[in-house]
Amino acid sequence: MSAAAILAPALPDRRDEAYRYADLAALAPLWPVATETIAVAAGESGQLTLVPPGGNVARHLAITLAAGARFDLRVLNAGQAYGRIAVDVILAAGADFTLGAAQLGGGSEVLEIVTEVRHAEPGATSRQVVRSVLAGRASGTYLGKVAVARGADGTDASQSVRAMLLDRTAQANARPELEIYADDVKCAHGCAVGELDAQGLFYLQSRGLPPAAAKRLMLQAFVAEAFTGAADEASLCDRALAALEVLL
Amino acid sequence: MTTPLLSIDALHATVADKPILKGLSLTINPGEIHAIMGPNGAGKSTTGYVLGGRPGYEVTGGSVTFAGADLLALEPHERAAAGLFLGFQYPVEIPGVSFVQFLREAANAQRRARGEAELSGGEFLKLARAQAALLKMDMDMLKRPVNVGFSGGEKKRAEMVQMGILDPRLAILDETDSGLDIDALRICGEGINAIMRRPDKAVLLITHYQRLLDYVQPDFVHVLAGGRIIKSGGPELAHQLEREGYEAVAA
Repeated sequence: MSAAAILAPALPDRRDEAYRYADLAALAPLWPVATETIAVAAGESGQLTLVPPGGNVARHLAITLAAGARFDLRVLNAGQAYGRIAVDVILAAGADFTLGAAQLGGGSEVLEIVTEVRHAEPGATSRQVVRSVLAGRASGTYLGKVAVARGADGTDASQSVRAMLLDRTAQANARPELEIYADDVKCAHGCAVGELDAQGLFYLQSRGLPPAAAKRLMLQAFVAEAFTGAADEASLCDRALAALEVLL
Repeated sequence: MTTPLLSIDALHATVADKPILKGLSLTINPGEIHAIMGPNGAGKSTTGYVLGGRPGYEVTGGSVTFAGADLLALEPHERAAAGLFLGFQYPVEIPGVSFVQFLREAANAQRRARGEAELSGGEFLKLARAQAALLKMDMDMLKRPVNVGFSGGEKKRAEMVQMGILDPRLAILDETDSGLDIDALRICGEGINAIMRRPDKAVLLITHYQRLLDYVQPDFVHVLAGGRIIKSGGPELAHQLEREGYEAVAA
């Protein structure tokens, strides 16, 4: 038996919760997914924007934030046949993590964002905003665990997850999860899957906007919530808009 | 003889399979202001929505001709491009979309559909500023998301600003007076007159009360009850309704 066979982790199966909605056939050739580590030193800040190219993509980031460090991660998960972005974050005292992600899929695309955010020490903050727009038979998944360690008092963590289905055949999965071992923490999570507001659409159309333009305007605003405050907010919104056009 | 701008003939419509309009007929010529009054549930708002093409409002009979075209065959945005404006009783809030962004796109979509040149950013802002000033609305409010956080009165004034920008041939205004205080009522009334009282335009006011009609004098007043117009008259009919109530007048 070769060493590689012993060391390489086996391809996960559906019983593994973190891979429950994954496209395992697409994942197999990418397996094992290398872990990309990012460490931000005390008091420093960093940022990263992920806009994966087309095709099948699986990424795994492991981010460690030292005391008072900040990290801003933005993801535009769009146009992949299979796009999986997994992010593990560990926050030391007073660290701050932001995730703003948009998943825009049509056809039979499978898009997923899987996060595990560990508040290891007191006073750290994390904010996750995920917006998905799904058409055709696409599926968009967000699995997000926030873990607050014993003693990590003053933790402030939020997860805002919303998905818009453009067709009844599209699918959104959202599972925000909290594991809290500290007192005095603030963990907010909101989750909603819906369709475009029919009244809003009629209102915009009654002013002369064709249906596709009315939808685009509303979806543009919805997706932009994921990129609010990003250093490259304008260019991300433009790229998201281009990806939306394809879905309408 | 003038060609009518709007001609509704024996219109029947249902909402969720329930008949609401049961043979409504009405003709509006250019230059005229009409008011439809009537008790709750008479079909007033349904009339506006059916003419605007709102999904779920199904026409089961009759015809509507607008500026020579079959209105009912047009999509809502095509009706707008043809010159129809529907002022909403409850203007819809649209988070994240600013008035200026949406109105510029809407105005230009209408212009494209009519084969006219589009407005540049500068031209549009100039137009928007003038219309906002007419309705005494701070231009900064138009940079905010559509109707979000607006009071009832502000929403109605914003509807009139939109009407001024889009410059329709026919405005159907559904209870534009509801939710307005006395000053806002006067401002909206004056706005309607300034924008719409032209020989080539017309207005259909849908209202419960006489008070808006003090500012926007109608040429014709109609009483809608049970999905049909049961009585028509001049401006004096509105005063009679206010005095005696719908039941007495309809009897």
